[in-house]
Amino acid sequence: MLESSFVPLLVAIPLLGAFVIPLLSKLWEGFADLVGNLVSVFLLGLAVYGLVHLSTGATGIVYKMGGWLPPIGITLVYDSLTALVVLITNLVVFPALLFSTRYLDQYTGRWKYYTLFMLLLAGLNGVAISGDLFNMFVFIEISAVASYALVAFGTRAEELEAGFKYMVMGEVGGLAILLSVALLYAKTSTLNLADMSQSLAAGGHTTFFWFALGTILVGFAIKMAMVPFHSWLPDAYLSAPAPVTAVLAGVFSKVVGVYAMSRVVFNLFGLSRTTAPAFFDMLVAFGLVSIVAGGLLAINQRNYKRLLAYSSVSQMGYILVGFGIGNYWGVVGALFLVVAHAATKGLLFLSARSIERSTGTRDIDSIGGLEKSMPVTAWSYILGSMSLAGIPPFAGFFAKLLIVLGAVASRMYWLAILAALFSTVTLGYLMKVIGKVFVGRKSTEPTPAQESPPMILLALVILVVVVVLFGIGFQPVLDWVVQPAAEALFGGLAYARLVFGG
Amino acid sequence: MRGMSLIVQTVARLVAGMLFLFGCYIVLHGHLTPGGGFAGGVLIAAAYILVSLAFGSVENVEQHRYTFSSVFESMGGLGFVLLGLMGYVAGLDFLNNLWADYGTPLRLVSGGIIPLANVAISMKVGAGLFGIFLALGASRFVMKD
Repeated sequence: MLESSFVPLLVAIPLLGAFVIPLLSKLWEGFADLVGNLVSVFLLGLAVYGLVHLSTGATGIVYKMGGWLPPIGITLVYDSLTALVVLITNLVVFPALLFSTRYLDQYTGRWKYYTLFMLLLAGLNGVAISGDLFNMFVFIEISAVASYALVAFGTRAEELEAGFKYMVMGEVGGLAILLSVALLYAKTSTLNLADMSQSLAAGGHTTFFWFALGTILVGFAIKMAMVPFHSWLPDAYLSAPAPVTAVLAGVFSKVVGVYAMSRVVFNLFGLSRTTAPAFFDMLVAFGLVSIVAGGLLAINQRNYKRLLAYSSVSQMGYILVGFGIGNYWGVVGALFLVVAHAATKGLLFLSARSIERSTGTRDIDSIGGLEKSMPVTAWSYILGSMSLAGIPPFAGFFAKLLIVLGAVASRMYWLAILAALFSTVTLGYLMKVIGKVFVGRKSTEPTPAQESPPMILLALVILVVVVVLFGIGFQPVLDWVVQPAAEALFGGLAYARLVFGG
Repeated sequence: MRGMSLIVQTVARLVAGMLFLFGCYIVLHGHLTPGGGFAGGVLIAAAYILVSLAFGSVENVEQHRYTFSSVFESMGGLGFVLLGLMGYVAGLDFLNNLWADYGTPLRLVSGGIIPLANVAISMKVGAGLFGIFLALGASRFVMKD
């Protein structure tokens, strides 16, 4: 068997899980938990294997489905950027599914949840490994449709409303992506990313080129909730079951938004700061709008989950700014923030749910002093907040430091100052939650609360360990995961050479 | 009386069987003639939907019909993934056509795994569409209450 055979398994195994769960859970309800978690553990193993496999020297794996050669057949491409995305996806999904085993105690229809979750996971992995623009669109839609259903999983009125709103916005984005795919197909007569990139490079920067790029980026911007398109995000994140929120905020926006966007901009359209400075300035501008608006909206929230949702908008802005700076350290910083933010936001949303589970409220003013009664939850929330705010030994700090360094290296001093300034806004609103919810004032009685069951705490502890390791071990993470991924992006049309084996 | 008028019921009784058979034909000849798993699956689902509409079992669907469509849909998906994985068993790529056979005109048994994949897809699509139809009928029933 070929060494690269693991690549299609990243999609096939969760699909297998999705179809086995409805059949087996007719016999025993617990099969859903068992199969779901086994799949996520197995995929995490595959993601780590893929990373190790790439670090041995190969620049990337090109897998030909059914043995058909590109550009005729469907290719799957597993380069270092894919490895990064697959790693964070499965790293967040694994604890989220552990969390789900207890979270679902309040619902019926456990198998429906796991089936949808497996489809979401198959879609996310599929987006990352697809080497074909139309397949990428299909996988984006698989994961998006699964997430619409998961957001509305509770089926209370406000959850259905949030799900519907998310679905309408998401489908508008999906149609924008499809329109661009159709335009590009009409122009280049191919859907293979590598083939298309060579054809586009030969065509030059025409009006058509910019129109197709703009259309597809609008689609990705809606999926990742950049500021003019962010209105669906807070409601969807609040209504979805907590593990789904953790995956949506931590991974979905990264894979469907950031990964697809960076792949298209750098490897398909072959742009770089030197060839298209105006375009990259525009990315910086949109990123800044998201940072500012997301940060300002988060400050005044009294609902700690809504606050986290707006903070996601703001952090996605940082990632976009990092890409917009467009020099080596800017992109490395953005990718490092992708890694750091995925684990951190996953951790924060899961621990927020753990608080809500015991106290029954999302209002930061009506609870206090939880550090005493729920120490594990409290400390996971506090450590996650510190990483998100960018306090030195944690991953978030190094990511933002790299982005600021990138800005300074490109002589965009005002941008470096603004980014650093708004980092303090992040610190401000997170400290507000910590101060009120966990530490509490002497005058108020601590809210009576019970620590969550061990399975939930295990999920939290796994993510805390990941967040802390990414921070303390930022050098190995940078060397093995982030920098190769940045080089894959800067390779530009080297992607096409990888696929055609030239 | 549940369901539609006598004319509709009579026509449905005549057409449904042919529709079902035509769907099966489209699925089984997918590797030789236009059509395939998706188109044939839609036709098969249409036959079921026609019968359900004409004889009015939309508003009082029993649980076993949901189970029927859900089981068939899962089996279709499962079958397709397993066919893909069989490429590994043979020591080839995922979804490899095991016998390197790309179909001979007028020969039903040809084309390697393509006819099998068509059958799996038709189960997935047909049962899925019928399930959607049942779900829509159920939601109308709930809203009327």
